[in-house]
This record gives sequence, C-alpha cells and structure tokens, in this order.
Amino acid sequence: MGGRDTTMVLLDENGVRCDGRKIDEPRRIMIKAGGLKNADGSAYIEFGDNKILVGVFGPRDVHPKHMSNTDTGILRVRYHMEPFSVSERKNPAPSRREIEISKVIKEALEPAVMLEKFPRTAVDVFIEVLQADGGTRCAALSAASVALADAGIPMRDMVAACASGKVADTIVLDINNEEDQAGQADMPIGYMPSLEKITLLQLDGILTPDEYKKCVDVGIAGCKIVYELQKKALYEKYFGKGDN
Amino acid sequence: MASTSVIDELKKSQIIDLLDDGKRVDGRALDEFRTITIETNAIPKANGSARVRIGDTEVICGIKIQPDRPFPDTGDKGLFICTAELLPLSHPTVETGPPQPPVIELARVVDRGIRESHMVDVSQLVIEKDKSVIGVFADNVVVDYDGNLFDACSYASTAALLSSKTPKWSWTGDAPKLVDEDESVLPINTIPVSVTMGKIGRHIIVDPNGDEWASMDARITITSDSDGNICALQKGGSGGFTQDEVNRCGEISVRLGAKIREKLQAHRGSQ
Repeated sequence: MGGRDTTMVLLDENGVRCDGRKIDEPRRIMIKAGGLKNADGSAYIEFGDNKILVGVFGPRDVHPKHMSNTDTGILRVRYHMEPFSVSERKNPAPSRREIEISKVIKEALEPAVMLEKFPRTAVDVFIEVLQADGGTRCAALSAASVALADAGIPMRDMVAACASGKVADTIVLDINNEEDQAGQADMPIGYMPSLEKITLLQLDGILTPDEYKKCVDVGIAGCKIVYELQKKALYEKYFGKGDN
Repeated sequence: MASTSVIDELKKSQIIDLLDDGKRVDGRALDEFRTITIETNAIPKANGSARVRIGDTEVICGIKIQPDRPFPDTGDKGLFICTAELLPLSHPTVETGPPQPPVIELARVVDRGIRESHMVDVSQLVIEKDKSVIGVFADNVVVDYDGNLFDACSYASTAALLSSKTPKWSWTGDAPKLVDEDESVLPINTIPVSVTMGKIGRHIIVDPNGDEWASMDARITITSDSDGNICALQKGGSGGFTQDEVNRCGEISVRLGAKIREKLQAHRGSQ
C-alpha cells in the first residue's frame, strides 16, 4: 500500500478515476485458455497492464512422497514474479510476499477443485507474473481457475476474482496500481459465482462497517464480470469463436 | 531440462534410423532450423523485451537498466548480466527450487556468447568512474520447452537488447540522479548469434528439438559476431567431436548465424 499520497487526483468531481474509468468499471480484461504445449492446462490473462501466465500439471505423482495424502489429492500453487515484471528489477528468488500470495491463492482454489477424486496425487499450479500493475493476485487467481478447467480437472465452480477498494472516500471496483499506492483501502475478493461462496478475502485500509459491506458487494459484482470472461475463454478454446 | 527429459528407447532408435537415411523426425534437413519467430516489446514495462519461439520452444526475455555499483576492478565499465530460468510450467519434469547445473550452464553460456562478443558497449555505461555505473540485466524465462534453449535464450536476449532504450543518469556528488526519462538506444557494437548443433551417432544436426536433444551424444554451441568471427563456444554432453567435425560446426554456425542476424537486426531500435 505504501504512503497515503493525497496530492494525486484519484477521483474528479465527475466521478472519473485517474485512468479514466468510472467507479464501477473494471480495467480491460482479456483471458485466453490454453497456449502452452507441455502443461496439462494453461491460461493467459491481461488485466489492465498485468500480464500473467498460468500452467497446470496433474493430477500426478507427488514428490516428495511424504507430502501425499491417501485420502485426497493435494493442490500446490506457486505464484512467482519475473525479475522484469516490476519497475525496479526484482530478485528472482521467492520473496515472503510471493510465498503468502501462493498460499492464499491455493486456499482460494481448494474449495473449487474436487481433489478427493484423486487420492495420493498432486495438482500443481504455476503462476508466472510477466508484468505487474496492481491486483496481480486477483488476475492470477482468475487465470489459475481457467487453467485448471483447461487441464480437465473436475471442479465445483471456477473462482473469479476482482478487487474493490476505497479511493477519495468512494468505494470503487478494481483498484489499479496508483489507487493501491495512494488510495485508502484495497480488498481483493475471490468468489465462486455459481456456489455463491467467497474463497479469497483480504483487506488493507480502513473502512466503516457500511463501507465494508458496500466493498464486498462491489467486489462480488466485479467477480461476476470476470466469471463471464472466464467462461468465454474456455468456450472459445473448445467450441470456437461464436455466440456464447 | 534437457538432460532430465524422458525419451523412450523406441523414439531414440527411430531418430537414429532416420538420420542414417539423412532424415530427421520432423522432416527438416540436417542443417535446418525450425521456424524462428521474434516479437519485441512483449513487456512494455521493461526497458526492452522479446518473446522468441523456435518451433515449440518459447522464451521471454526482459531487460532492466538501472544504476549499480561497478565491480572494484572495473570501475570504468558498466555491468551486463544475463540470467536464464526454466519456469516450472515449461515442462512436467521441471521442479521449483535452486537452479540445477544444466540451467546454470545454460545461463552462463548465453551470458558468455553476448558478453564475449562485446555486443553491449559497457565502457559507455559509466555514470561516475569507480562510483556508479549503469547495470543492464537480461533475464530470460523459459515458458515452453522443446529443446535448444541455448539459441532461444540467446536470440531472446539479443533481440531484447537491440530493442532496449536506456534512461540517462548524472552524478550529483553522492548519488546518481535520473536526468532523462527520454530514453536513448543502448550502445551496441555487434550482433552475436549462437548456433547449437547436436551429435547423434555420426550425424551433426542443427537446432535439435526436444526428442533429438534427449537422444544426443554431444552438443556444441558456437557464437559468431557481425564480422563473421567466432566469439564463444561451449561443448557439452558425454560424447566427443573429431577435429573435422568441430571445423564443420564452426562453418555451419557462421553461415546460419548470418541469416539469423538479419532477422534480429530488424528489431534494432524497434520499441
């Protein structure tokens, strides 16, 4: 989040944000299912200026063996940023932030994936952030769901994700990098629209109880927009372009 | 990576049988590359970038240019550092964790080919002698694996460097200060091109694909510069080459390198 810089105009008197969007408007989103040859399933997402590639392997043998579970399959997620994905070159070794994001994305996907059907196996999800611009975890989670579906892994629902937040005392959808740095609150949400279940929820920033409810509400509306694009991406890969 | 790829014996004997008839599994001539596609400016936030495909092998390279401290013994030169990483989504056998020896070799061979050609004129990348210099990082990530990462990473790095723009810094007495966001092109002396060849039985093949790579007895990567001189070389694998074969490989590298250099040249200042 960084410093709360108030000099920047995040929201003008007409309700237009610093990148020209309306308060309930997400950034440009493009999702593509497939694309990698060796992965069992893959997806690519452009979410604003974020560019993220996801590859899925499995269900497959677990190494090291002691990690395997005789009752269920396990899900493993690695969220990783390329050294050139951010303004200042990032050390390629995994940071504490990347390890935490890997964990919350894993726990957001677990309720969706029918792991109990594949005891003693692992499903590996590898997320590679090629270019980051605020909101990578939501974009990554949305793409990971598409990659899992592309790998043919049975799922209860796809997890769609989008952040909401508070900028210039207003609740807005899909916080971008500037709004994350200078805004008042950021709330990433992962949601299974068909099952109506929230599987990822984080918040940093201060919200009143009313704003809190509004923020969840706005975020879920964003997830539903993403969900349609996820379904469209899978439809286009498996049934070709056309009416969905 | 290469040495860990699993190939069944049937496939391997098929590759060798075909080579005895002068043919390859994918129908190429022995000295023919797969289709090479080069796309620059794939990562607009980087100072330069390229996405290179050689057949089904795919590599993304991003360039980061930023002030750095010089090495104590070369205070009058900027830094050039090239890395390579196999992303776990590139192949089912790739594991996370510290890089394995084959990947470290890959990064070092790619780095050496570009460094030894003096492609980037590091003497022009000095902000204040002995105190502050410009560092150029070329980070390669392998996204999909089908053999010959040496050339894929090398072309990705070279294309990304050719399309790079560098900001300007001045020395303020104790720290570098950004003076010009209006970026200028990197000082480039030459365009190095590596050509990797594999030896299977008594045959030399150019640009081995994943199955061929796993069947090779030995390999050789030879880098040539714009003047047609050879500037770096690496032999790998447990087999050997005769002197005649090494000479032939040198000729092949310079000949094919010239064609590939034309493709790379088209991306100069393309951002």
